[in-house]
Amino acid sequence: MSHSEHHTERNSLAYSIEKNVEVYTQKCYQCGKCSAGCPVAEDMDFPPSMIMRLLQTEDLANDDKILRSHSIWLCVTCEMCLSRCPMEIDIPSMMDYLRQRSRSEKKVNKKAKNIIAFHKAFLNSIKYTGRLFELGLILDYKRQSLNLMQDVALAPKMISRGKLHFIPFIIKGKNQMARIFKKTSN
Amino acid sequence: MKTGIYPGCSLTGSARDYNESVFAIAEAFGLEFIQIPDWNCCGATAAHNLNKELSLALPARILAIAEKNGLDEIIVPCAACYSRLVVTQHELKKDPELKNRICEVIEMDYRGTSVILNVIEWIDKYIVPKLEEKIVKPFNYKVACYYGCLLVRPNKILNYDRVEDPQTLDVVMSKLGATAIDYPYKTECCGAGLSISRTDIVSKLSGKIIEDAEHRGADAIVVACPMCHSNLDMRRPDINKYWDTEFKIPVIFVTQAIGLAIGLSPQKVGLRRHFVEVKIS
Amino acid sequence: MARIGVFICHCGENISATVDCGKVAETIGKLKHVAYSTEYKYMCSDPGQTLIKDAIKEHKLTGVVVSACSPRMHEPTFRKACAEAGLNPFLCEMANLREHCSWVHEKNELTTQKAIDIVRTQVEKVKLNSALQPIKVPVTKTAMVIGGGIAGIQAALDIANTGHKVVMIERSPSIGGHMSQLSETFPTLDCSQCILTPRMVEVAQHPNITLYTYAEVESVEGFIGNFKVKIRKKAKSLDEKICTGCGLCTTKCPQKKIPNEFEQGMGMRPAIYVPFPQAVPNRPVIDKEHCTYYIKGKCKICEVVCPTKAIRFDQPDEILDLEIGAIVVATGFDIKHADFFPEYGYGKYKDIIDGLQFERMASASGPTSGEIRRPSDGQVPKNIVFIACAGSRDPAKGIAYCSKICCMYTAKHAMLYKHKVHEGRAHVFYMDIRSGGKNYDEFVRRAIEEDHVNYIRGRVSTVFERDGKLIVKGVDTLLGAQPVEIVADMVVLATAGVANAGAEDLAQKLHVSYDQHKFFAEAHPKLKPVETNTAGIFLAGACQNPKDIPDAVSQASGSAVKVAALFSQDMLTREPLVAVVNRYAPPMYSTCVGCFLCQSVCPYQAIEREEFKNREGKVVKTVAKINEGLCQGCGTCVALCRSKSIDLLGYSNNQVHAEVMALLNEY
Repeated sequence: MSHSEHHTERNSLAYSIEKNVEVYTQKCYQCGKCSAGCPVAEDMDFPPSMIMRLLQTEDLANDDKILRSHSIWLCVTCEMCLSRCPMEIDIPSMMDYLRQRSRSEKKVNKKAKNIIAFHKAFLNSIKYTGRLFELGLILDYKRQSLNLMQDVALAPKMISRGKLHFIPFIIKGKNQMARIFKKTSN
Repeated sequence: MKTGIYPGCSLTGSARDYNESVFAIAEAFGLEFIQIPDWNCCGATAAHNLNKELSLALPARILAIAEKNGLDEIIVPCAACYSRLVVTQHELKKDPELKNRICEVIEMDYRGTSVILNVIEWIDKYIVPKLEEKIVKPFNYKVACYYGCLLVRPNKILNYDRVEDPQTLDVVMSKLGATAIDYPYKTECCGAGLSISRTDIVSKLSGKIIEDAEHRGADAIVVACPMCHSNLDMRRPDINKYWDTEFKIPVIFVTQAIGLAIGLSPQKVGLRRHFVEVKIS
Repeated sequence: MARIGVFICHCGENISATVDCGKVAETIGKLKHVAYSTEYKYMCSDPGQTLIKDAIKEHKLTGVVVSACSPRMHEPTFRKACAEAGLNPFLCEMANLREHCSWVHEKNELTTQKAIDIVRTQVEKVKLNSALQPIKVPVTKTAMVIGGGIAGIQAALDIANTGHKVVMIERSPSIGGHMSQLSETFPTLDCSQCILTPRMVEVAQHPNITLYTYAEVESVEGFIGNFKVKIRKKAKSLDEKICTGCGLCTTKCPQKKIPNEFEQGMGMRPAIYVPFPQAVPNRPVIDKEHCTYYIKGKCKICEVVCPTKAIRFDQPDEILDLEIGAIVVATGFDIKHADFFPEYGYGKYKDIIDGLQFERMASASGPTSGEIRRPSDGQVPKNIVFIACAGSRDPAKGIAYCSKICCMYTAKHAMLYKHKVHEGRAHVFYMDIRSGGKNYDEFVRRAIEEDHVNYIRGRVSTVFERDGKLIVKGVDTLLGAQPVEIVADMVVLATAGVANAGAEDLAQKLHVSYDQHKFFAEAHPKLKPVETNTAGIFLAGACQNPKDIPDAVSQASGSAVKVAALFSQDMLTREPLVAVVNRYAPPMYSTCVGCFLCQSVCPYQAIEREEFKNREGKVVKTVAKINEGLCQGCGTCVALCRSKSIDLLGYSNNQVHAEVMALLNEY
């Protein structure tokens, strides 16, 4: 019983999620177990099960809401939702995809500015040296986020405990690293 | 069998204490491993949040170097790195086309043959069999074993321990003489990579984990992940401020507990580097 | 000269949406020996059948191929139509264009080509069909009901009341099943035991019913009307004829700490025990696994105290051979134990119980005499949480299907709790409320509106204990998926209904199909819900899928009618699709060499020996002969016969060869 010819052309976000990360949003029957167990659900504008519902509507206005949401950046990929989902819907992989779409469509939520600044600072740090340089990361993050006073109390304590280096370690394959970053920069 | 170790960035910096304890107990048990030459960062949360391909290429380079150096087995003490490495191995095995693309990106061959062990698997395999004879100071404390997210999830890929109420760490601790309490926060998230960008959320989540352990009368929280450790230990002033309280429970690595039990000094296993004073030893 | 008629059915749009039926009919019409070829929208309809009948007469057809759905669906329909037109029904074949073609392919040229090929194979086959005559067999008018729960009880009583004999087999020491464990029943809240126990007694006293408890089916052979069943009557270690059921032995047994199955582990029982006070038969059995005498060789206190000296430690299991005409399977269901759900803490925390345990707790005859009390400390819970779908609709950890009964019993549980603990708070976490049934939704509304049960739409993520309370972390999806945390005293899990542990094994003994969840499979989901694929074996109750009492009872009565209809005939006609060993004139007699390999592999014991004697009465040859009453036409003997002396009527080697060649050859 093939019904494929009855399908209209789909251009929804749910459809791209199917194609790119093989997550089928129609599997969700809104039990809410993901939101019940999500550690950051109460800080989210749309808890995970609401994101699923918005996707299911395949309404472009709702798709837009998702890509502009704070939720997708608050998700910490703890994978609790996936491990308890009765339908084994891979929400974490879907969130990775949504974040990348949100950036490429320039729809990043303003409240997520710091979170993204941190991620970018992190990748910048390893891009040139191959390994994370924590002091550099913190300074770069402060520059990007303009949170200059954040964690000023932390640094001296870290230094006194030998936990903060002043000079980055640079791996031998740093040119190779630079090429990896370049080739994957799509 | 040649065993390699991938310490990961944290262990060279903010988790030096963890690194010291891993190497100290390895030495005490006569275990050898080769550090993966010229290893790079696994990309952590940032990479998979912003760029999927990068998040696979960075761990793939590490694994490829390990293969090239004939390392059949890699120990990854950091739970976050462990997760990235295992997930990469899984994704590339599942999709040969993607694997070829990643090989091209890293300019190296990758076969995916190395066995990746997390720290508890390593302990189970190499230390537990010889543990009993080495214990000189049984670790007679009540402990809350905190696994965090990345040791057990995604369960279908990691295939390690059970995803709810895991037991492996509890078992290791009880072999040291500790009493592992019933602890529902075992696998609740500490806030992970939001440590710097959303310290408020990390303080809230980590605070719940600490509060429950203290409430149940634990003497220490035992972890096996440097990220969890830094959130529960280094972030303690922020947590106490957020909850307007004075949580004092120390957070120790499982490797530190083993070190203490076999008679190593607190200094040798890096306890002096903690933010929250560890009064047990 | 063969004159074959081919009738292509559109099956509404089921076939014609993907197969070009006109082209199939036209192409087939050009084949050699095809005298007539046509298409029609519904061949199974009255005009469709008339079309076939008229064509048989008009074109003097010698064979018919109906190209439509599966023969399981309509082969009897079309064969009957052919017979009415004077054609032997076994000269009619079906080509399956629906399940084998249109349903599984897209609409294109290749699909139509495949349809043509399927029809061609049947045209070639039907040319070699021969006119067969149905086989007549006698009927043994005794039914066997397997399982003594409410479904089995209803079926047994209904059959017995039509005047036929019934044998009831129950594997536990008493009949009554899960219904005997229930407190009150929805939607009327009448006491379960009050309505059930009179029925149990009726079974025991009915002159037409023979009851074997503590007994299991060992093997089943034969076929409709003529089953041969072996029953294992497990040793009760007791002479039931002498025992008066005084119960003295059960009070003196030194073993007292065996978890009581009837109380779902919430009470203890001795090793010699009657499962519950209203048990039928009300006689104890000795549980050999836990009895001190059977374990250590010493004790025998029950034997000493028994006033009638009824204990028999050396009693063996007994095997009974029964002749049975029809079987009703009513083996019921089990609940999926909740310990596979570690996030809900069942098994770890005492105050988390399952639905059946709650039933026992709420039952006046239960371990708390009907009071709702926490197993951990006996306190009355002030805050109770019911979690629906704890295992159902969860392909990841539980089962994919809806267990059907949980919505209703959860509403009932919450209501019973509120009736017993007026000041208490009852919360129900649910996703959907499935309350289709007479007065069912009204019942759920009553729980919400009159008893103020707090229904929260969302699933619980985890339950854990803290300070002697249970922390239930859920969500309210109707409030934008807001997290909800309830500090509860007790949690009740509505665990999934699953097939009984022995269901698969029994299905294999009975040669009936079962589904992927090990539930017994009905012959047709809509039109044959009571029949199995094996003639003469019927289903009743929750062994088919989870069912509530009204459904189980209705189906049981349905199966009883099927049995009664079968028993209303003295002789049955069977399809003659059986194996035959060839016969020739003497001195050949048969090409069979008498190796009897076939005899050893026949699953139905249908192969006998036949001796041929010469004029002096001396045996000159012994060959195999097939008892057509027993043969099921499985064909195992045909495949194994080394001298190729056996063939299957209706599916001969030649016919199958012709089908294969049709696919290989150009046309």
